[in-house]
Amino acid sequence: MKPFTRYLLTKIAWYLLAFLAAAALNFFLPRLIPGNPVDQIVSGMGSGGTVSSASLQRIYATYIKEFGLDQPLIVQFGTYLNRLFHGDLGTSFANYPASVNSIVRAALPWSIALQLPAILIGWLIGNVLGAIAAYRGGVFDRTVFLGALGFSSIPYFSLAILLLYGFAVAWPILPSSGGYNFINSPSFTFGFFVDALQHYILPFLSLVLIVIGGQAVGMRSMAIYELGSDYVSYENSMGLGENRIIRGIFRNAMLPQITGLALAIGSLVGGALITEIVFSYPGIGTTLFTAIGQNDYPVIQGITILITLAVLGANFLVDLSYGFIDPRIRASQQGER
Amino acid sequence: MLSSLLKNSRFTFSAVLLLIVVLVGVIGPMIRTANPLFAVGGRYDRPDSKLWLGTDAIGNDVFLQLIHGIGNSLYIGLVAGVIATLIGVIIGLSAGYFGGLLDEILMGMTNVFITIPTIVILVLLSVTLNSRSTVLLGVIIGVTSWPWTARAVRAQAASLRSREHVDVARLSGISTPRILLGEILPYMASYVVMAFVLQMSSGILNEAGLSLLGLGPDNSISLGKLLQGALQGEALRTGAYWAILPPTLILALISFSLLMVQSSLDEYFNPRLRRNT
Repeated sequence: MKPFTRYLLTKIAWYLLAFLAAAALNFFLPRLIPGNPVDQIVSGMGSGGTVSSASLQRIYATYIKEFGLDQPLIVQFGTYLNRLFHGDLGTSFANYPASVNSIVRAALPWSIALQLPAILIGWLIGNVLGAIAAYRGGVFDRTVFLGALGFSSIPYFSLAILLLYGFAVAWPILPSSGGYNFINSPSFTFGFFVDALQHYILPFLSLVLIVIGGQAVGMRSMAIYELGSDYVSYENSMGLGENRIIRGIFRNAMLPQITGLALAIGSLVGGALITEIVFSYPGIGTTLFTAIGQNDYPVIQGITILITLAVLGANFLVDLSYGFIDPRIRASQQGER
Repeated sequence: MLSSLLKNSRFTFSAVLLLIVVLVGVIGPMIRTANPLFAVGGRYDRPDSKLWLGTDAIGNDVFLQLIHGIGNSLYIGLVAGVIATLIGVIIGLSAGYFGGLLDEILMGMTNVFITIPTIVILVLLSVTLNSRSTVLLGVIIGVTSWPWTARAVRAQAASLRSREHVDVARLSGISTPRILLGEILPYMASYVVMAFVLQMSSGILNEAGLSLLGLGPDNSISLGKLLQGALQGEALRTGAYWAILPPTLILALISFSLLMVQSSLDEYFNPRLRRNT
């Protein structure tokens, strides 16, 4: 257990360092602008005409209070980190006095509800498809491979726009924007559920097709590699059933694919920023887009730190599980880092 | 080398597609020199014999913007690709070849940067800068996307440095820079070219993503800005397909053909991946 503890501690140290680097970028980058950063931000907002002068002053006062702007920069950074550790992302400029936490909390469930099923379902279908294609070969393989390659190499927002044009404009069978019809309001009724589901189909489809493509391509090449191994020819010569061999290949080619799954779930918060914008879906992406348009710096910072935390967390879990699963990887990673 | 590559139909097909797009993006703006950001018609005029792709939400010529946008997007991708590859190769090569403490420090830095999502750094940098030219945007994208190249190059350099020919070169007193350039780099040249192609592709897509978020280049047009303008101007919902479908398809085409070129190069250089498809 001892080497594992050391492995764990070094990993934790590295992730802590990565988080500190991200937090420092988050904090110091806007302050690189010459002059008082808050002056810059606030006056920029004023000239944009998005905020009235009375609330500008309130924002200014709040900002000074939140970060102790009369203090040296390093103390301010400490204040920032301290607030962060307590889960406080600050106060929004544009929607003053709404807290960034409440804005994020309203958007996050939509992003998760859109992406988690897309990632899980896409991952499952893609891997099964890739394994079968590799095993069968021939026309089936070629069709699946080229199709998967096509979907995985199209930019995800291009696919989103094409689907939107196809099924909401050219052949208008589905709604073109939003998470639900604007005459509705979110509630736990059957009518709202159907409405939300209709708005869900296109963005979901645009994401799931890309995931299927990427996973199928990855799984196929892993499985082809497995096909050359001894146990497969042994099982073949023993006359074992096709399904059983495919299942065997599947299990062995799985490890890297599981990493992919964990990392995909980690990129969930920031993964479909543009999809949401294309469909005006009320998630994190649309919130970030609005915040950028309004120069709402606290909201932008809150979302970027959230995306970072999700990705760091997933990476950490992947590293951790690898350490458990495979002692060889643990050893090599100790050497490699 | 080229003749056997050209036998690969996937390579030829994607390379020709790419070449056509590049030619349109390079030669197009030389022939049609008018300012693409100048209104020539009304909101969403339909395509006709004079305006091939009609106008956008503010009356600009979509076709003119498209050819200028292709050029600018490719340019941003090129700048980003060159910078990312250069930084990646320098850091990876030094870490892998020299090893020791330098390796520890450089790879530690790289691993920290790899775990911070690129989009986060891109958004923060772009928000910080008040004005963004096309070059600057390419530079920003380039300096955020080197870590993967660095890690891969480091692995290659570390294995190459213990090869016999490198030992021979070292023993015969050849200077370190010349060993790096003459004995190490040529053996990973194919790899670096492929990494560059991928970097360029992701650079072009990153530009589009940033532009769609409202952080695109100022006072100039790109494929991403065309998309953003069309989405914000409700081009799809008002049926103005000519304003939004061309940049969408061109972006897909560029991304698709660059990845195809990369994967056929990969198959070419790594025979193990070959299978009769």
